[in-house]
Amino acid sequence: MNEQTPTPSERAEKLQGLGSSRKRVEDARFTQGKGNYIDDMKLPGMLFGDFVRSIYGHARITSINKEAALALPGVLAVITVEDLKPLKLDYMPTLAGDVQAVLAGDKVLFQGQEVAFVVAEDRYIAADAVELVEVEYQELPALVDPFKAMEPEAPVLREDIKDKTEGAHGPRKNPNHIFTWEAGDAEATETALDQAEVVAKELISYQRCHPCPLETCGCVASMDKVNGKLTVWGTFQAPHAVRTVASLITNIPEHKIRIVSPDIGGGFGNKVGVYPGYICAIVASIVTGAPVKWIEDRIENLSATAFARDYHMKGEIGATRDGKITALRCYAIADHGAFDACADPTKFPAGFFSIFTGSYDIPAAFLSVDGVYTNKAPGGVAYRCSFRVTEASYFIERMIDVLARELNMDPAELRMKNFIKKEQFPYTSATGWEYDSGDYQTAMDKALQAVDYTGLRTEQKANREAFERGETRKLMGVGVAFFTEIVGAGPVKNCDILGLGMFDSCEIRIHPTGSAIARLGTISQGQGHATTFAQILASEIGIAAENITVEEGDTDTAPYGLGTYGSRSTPVAGAAAAMAGRKIRAKAQMIAAYLLEVHDNDLEWEVDRFVVKGAPERFKTMTELAFAAYNQAIPGIEPGLEAVSYYDPPNMTYPFGAYICVVDIDVDTGVTEIRRFYALDDCGTRINPMIIEGQVHGGLTEALAIAMGQEITYDELGNVQGASLLDYFMPTAVETPHWETDSTVTPSPHHPIGAKGVGESPNVGGVSAISNAVNDAFAHLGLKHTAMPHDHWRVWKTAQKLGLTG
Amino acid sequence: MIPGQFDYHRPASVSQAIGLLAEFGENARIVAGGHSLIPMMKLRMATPDHLVDIQDIPELKGVREDAGALVIGALVTQTELIASELLAEKCPILRETALQIADPQVRNAGTIGGNVANGDPGNDMPAVMQALAATYDIAGPNGARQVAARDFYEAAFLTALKDGEILTSIRIAAPAAGHGYAYQKQKRKIGDYATAAAAVILEMSVGTCSSASLALTNVGDTPLYAAAASQALVGTALDETAIGNAVAAAKDITDPAADSRGPKDFRTYVAGVMVKRAIETARSRATA
Ligand SMILES: Cc1cc2nc3c(=O)[nH]c(=O)nc-3n(C[C@H](O)[C@H](O)[C@H](O)COP(=O)(O)OP(=O)(O)OC[C@H]3O[C@@H](n4cnc5c(N)ncnc54)[C@H](O)[C@@H]3O)c2cc1C
Repeated sequence: MNEQTPTPSERAEKLQGLGSSRKRVEDARFTQGKGNYIDDMKLPGMLFGDFVRSIYGHARITSINKEAALALPGVLAVITVEDLKPLKLDYMPTLAGDVQAVLAGDKVLFQGQEVAFVVAEDRYIAADAVELVEVEYQELPALVDPFKAMEPEAPVLREDIKDKTEGAHGPRKNPNHIFTWEAGDAEATETALDQAEVVAKELISYQRCHPCPLETCGCVASMDKVNGKLTVWGTFQAPHAVRTVASLITNIPEHKIRIVSPDIGGGFGNKVGVYPGYICAIVASIVTGAPVKWIEDRIENLSATAFARDYHMKGEIGATRDGKITALRCYAIADHGAFDACADPTKFPAGFFSIFTGSYDIPAAFLSVDGVYTNKAPGGVAYRCSFRVTEASYFIERMIDVLARELNMDPAELRMKNFIKKEQFPYTSATGWEYDSGDYQTAMDKALQAVDYTGLRTEQKANREAFERGETRKLMGVGVAFFTEIVGAGPVKNCDILGLGMFDSCEIRIHPTGSAIARLGTISQGQGHATTFAQILASEIGIAAENITVEEGDTDTAPYGLGTYGSRSTPVAGAAAAMAGRKIRAKAQMIAAYLLEVHDNDLEWEVDRFVVKGAPERFKTMTELAFAAYNQAIPGIEPGLEAVSYYDPPNMTYPFGAYICVVDIDVDTGVTEIRRFYALDDCGTRINPMIIEGQVHGGLTEALAIAMGQEITYDELGNVQGASLLDYFMPTAVETPHWETDSTVTPSPHHPIGAKGVGESPNVGGVSAISNAVNDAFAHLGLKHTAMPHDHWRVWKTAQKLGLTG
Repeated sequence: MIPGQFDYHRPASVSQAIGLLAEFGENARIVAGGHSLIPMMKLRMATPDHLVDIQDIPELKGVREDAGALVIGALVTQTELIASELLAEKCPILRETALQIADPQVRNAGTIGGNVANGDPGNDMPAVMQALAATYDIAGPNGARQVAARDFYEAAFLTALKDGEILTSIRIAAPAAGHGYAYQKQKRKIGDYATAAAAVILEMSVGTCSSASLALTNVGDTPLYAAAASQALVGTALDETAIGNAVAAAKDITDPAADSRGPKDFRTYVAGVMVKRAIETARSRATA
């Protein structure tokens, strides 16, 4: 054997494959300010579009006068609903089976709704022209309380569908009702609750918030009148789906549409849907023959494009006196705003909310969700989570704590008592989900030990006594949360969006000199796909990650895929990459067999080469095989080395984790300090530990933002409150505590490399841990539950109600 | 978030600036650091036709001592205020306050003149100026005049400044050596205006408070000089009762708006907490 040959493990290390904390290849351009975002795009002759938006939450439009705007030099067009009607573009389909007004017709239904689209030579003229469009309104009473939406005297919002008794998801009970969605066994749950020794009840609200990516939504639409091809560059989390939807809406054949996502500055669900801005930019480009750019500003982003959450969940949880949970029931009101524009798989109008039994073995469970219309912006997207799993996880994690108080039991102990046990996996929940793998007990034990949980409770006891004696005005709280995510949507048999199955794809081309390009149907918005997908492939095909280019986001070149959200990229596209890599390897094996003059079966794969079994000096490396694929005529084998895989996952993956948060609350000011935050994540096989850590840091920081402040509210007239960064809480490094991260590894049994997805877990688990800690600080004084966000004044109000503020 | 059209002027002297303001009348606005005005213009809540940028006027720059008074030019930025050793030594509450304004980027641009002339009850410096009994030097078409900070603020965004006038500098009689001071501010996050804040300047003489001056930020439609609260401290040992009286008197004059920082009762309560903590800090810092 050649003495110079590095050992297999040395060669493996060089590949920077699975498990390597290789640096992000994206960062070279981002850290130098050389990213290419949508607003960096400049095309010759490009025009700018800007919206006239409703100033009212609910009003009839009595007239629109565009004369003054059109008279302004540099204004090319003012598009209103009258211009869209002949094109049948006044409404567009939403991802949830509803329709949404592209531009308002007779009525506006939320403040900030798009009323007219001004097209001008530059964005400054466009902004001036927006001021000149005169819209007259007749104000109507606004409906902002979702609980009132179902009342008979509530104003009717959607006149366009008021007589429809059947919606996309079954019967509608009244004009403001969208759907009722149920899961689980109502009768068995009723019986179990009746028989339970203890039943705890609580209303758990998860406030309306907004993903607020640093880059707002936007696009450049360009209709090439010569070849009839429409190209749209934009902030799209699902470019292929946008292409298909654009084709269905505009009747432009799909091969004449190209959708490109350039660098995206964060999405978090906000960039999944199709917005009026895209449609208007396309129409404007068709009308003017010039490229048209539309970019939201911050206030528009926060007040008009997709919000998240707004779930109001009435819970009942039953248990034996010694803490064995016997039943769980939830009735939720889901505030969807003026149009149902949720981005959920078609058959799941409440997303995967029925994962609401969490990490616990609960024999009976039932859930009913009513979706309703209100005079608020549409949306209901999964803000860094898989479809409504954050709401579900928050619900059960609060309910467990509420039950723990009722039972006078330690919340960690109650969780331990009810965990699904390791040997129960694969586990089928009461609402029918099949959890793929888990070892909750081990994760929880590790977390409790890491923070010295017993020590924390002892310290807390001393703190409470000192508080009682008047020696301190601070209360300490310990929040324990355990979550199970459900990600990687999803199996085509039950997951589709607008009829498009939620598979994903990867296409690989190996170049003659042994480097490669891989294209996927997903699109990174900061997740680092170009880094991690190359690592998956490096381990599969033995080509160093640095020699593999990963490309996404251009529908003319990438294979069809459903995009990136719901932590689906690694579970679905990552699996497609592994499978495509295996196809490459299979062909390479045949080439190697030919070259080495042995039977296929006499070869074995070793890191980056095929070796003849029993004769280690006889081998062919992937680089040699790649060259052979292009320069030799091999009988029975086509030239070239390429593969494509479309992966339809057999199941979702179920990442989990144990989070513990310690807070100190100043009862006089409501200021809550996070003293310590420990996050243990189990996302199965870890592709790049450094990227995982980065994702966990980012997700936890968003969890902090939501739990402690993020909130979009409306006053009773329907005026949106707090839709600017003056009020909307975006934590900086100053507000963000130190995040301690940890892990266990329980691979997914059905995923080709055992990976589960991690980007969203910290948002799911983090919110509960922080909220539980705040609630825990007051638990000894009889507090059962106080609602998020835990900003200063709400925390102070809690203290005040408990008589602590003198 | 794009401002309306405007013309831009950049005078090189106070008299030129006054000339421009006179020429364009109420359609003109002074711009200094621009970090209050430009956001308002982007929201089109302010739509001036003419911006008179005073950045290039040397007379408005620098910190100096003049006959025992500290004179701070209107164009001194919050960053320069923080960096000034003279101010740190003679009047440290200014550095303490400036450090609680926004973030370094805003402080690099924002000026003390703009901060006090703006008239936004959320600005932090006006209350501090009231606590320090500062006066503002004002130049206008009819010559120069002075207005006490305590008399300057009339309502939100309404001040004693008349059309065509420029605030040229701020004059502060340096507090006695060994004085106690504190600016206590509660905010939701970096870059936020106060939920409530309190400025305190006091002097101690053998265990007794010999003078005290208290003012409040963002709990009314102007900064509030808390005369009764100040009075409640003088002649006391700053014991719990005295502080309690001052807190009660301070809370009495507040009238905060309910906003996303919280309802009225909360903001009033926090104002009291800020007053209490500011007095306690000031007391601990006073050396006599
Ligand atoms: C994100 C952010 C956070 C902030 N947080 C705080 C905070 O916590 N506390 C705080 O106090 N401030 C805060 N500010 C405001 C900041 O301090 C401003 O810079 C300051 O209020 C105004 O100073 P300026 O020089 O920028 O004034 P400009 O914006 O240029 O002017 C403000 C107003 O004063 C007038 N003006 C300016 N100079 C003069 C003069 N010499 N004579 C007469 N009129 C004049 C202008 O015509 C205008 O009406 C914040 C600003 C931002 C953008």
